[in-house]
Amino acid sequence: MSKRSNEPFLWLLFSAGGVVSALLMPIHLLLFALAFPLGWLDGPGYEKLLVLLRHPMTRVYLLVLCSLPLFHWAHRFRFTLYDGLQIKHLSEFINVFCYGGATVGTVVAACLLWSI
Amino acid sequence: MANRITIEVTRYDPAQDEKPRFDSFEVPLRKEWVVLDALNYIKDHLDGSLTFRWSCRMGVCGSCGMTVNGVPKLTCATFLSDYAPGPVRVEPMKNFPVLKDLVVDTSDFLVKLEKSKPWIIRKVEKPLDEEYFQTPEQLEAYKQYSMCINCMLCYAACPVYGLDPLFIGPAAIALAQRYNMDSRDEGASERMDILSQHDGIWGCTFVGECTQVCPKHVDPAGAIQQYKLTATMEWVKALVLPRGSE
Ligand code: SF4
Ligand code: FES
Repeated sequence: MSKRSNEPFLWLLFSAGGVVSALLMPIHLLLFALAFPLGWLDGPGYEKLLVLLRHPMTRVYLLVLCSLPLFHWAHRFRFTLYDGLQIKHLSEFINVFCYGGATVGTVVAACLLWSI
Repeated sequence: MANRITIEVTRYDPAQDEKPRFDSFEVPLRKEWVVLDALNYIKDHLDGSLTFRWSCRMGVCGSCGMTVNGVPKLTCATFLSDYAPGPVRVEPMKNFPVLKDLVVDTSDFLVKLEKSKPWIIRKVEKPLDEEYFQTPEQLEAYKQYSMCINCMLCYAACPVYGLDPLFIGPAAIALAQRYNMDSRDEGASERMDILSQHDGIWGCTFVGECTQVCPKHVDPAGAIQQYKLTATMEWVKALVLPRGSE
């Protein structure tokens, strides 16, 4: 392959982000936004959660949970701007904005996760 | 059922007319008539100068694609009575330059079709007296894609192709898949080089209109997604084993 495109990489992030958003996000939302606060289920309690959160594997897991959907958004939004607003000529700016935004979001998430 | 229906047809001769206009014709509304029958009735009895393409009248040749009430359709497979009481608006296929009335210039598609190498590629041909065997499962793997009749309705429906004419488009990719999935073929990597470029599979944003309008249930949108997955796997492989599997 002479001209290597980075599209496969971006698409991989996009697909993985789609899977995470569709499968894992709803579970977390259901548990932490409804089931625990409304008392449908007994929550683990603050102390226990904090211990769990400080485990490196949990941090990595949550980072993936935050980051991949951002890249999913970036890909979708990029094409929404390209085709929806028909401003493909601004592609360089759009790419930096979308994927850059997702990267910044990932870094912010990492900072927050590792500072707790 | 009223026994007549009004057909509004695009009339346009780029050499003479500034812009297209619609002509209205009243034609008999018969239960067994398709839109193409109505057009032929117009041509035979009302206005012999109406220009359109058709050949097989049975959904096989792929030449009678037009826009019927805004939707890309094979006019030989679209019943007039479904549009009663009318009027029915018949326009040329979108996203292609119009040559005259309902006839569009298909050269762009033909160039793209050839690019995707829709034929069996072999590194070494078997001698003529040897056969290529194929099991029913191997046939099943590509059969759906082989149903494509090159009618181009998917191009007329694809908003990405409408915005970016460089996009290689649904049928060309589905046909590449038709040969990639064929157990006799060895050309997958040649096709991948062309189709994995920006104007190839990555141009598709999975709108899915192509699959909606395809009269042969080829599911080009599915073919493109499948191809994206294959291309991504190849990319990962090349990353892990940089020298590749030449
Ligand atoms: S994929 Fe379907 S719509 Fe597209 S050219 Fe082939 S038969 Fe026609
Ligand atoms: S005339 Fe051949 S497909 Fe309609």
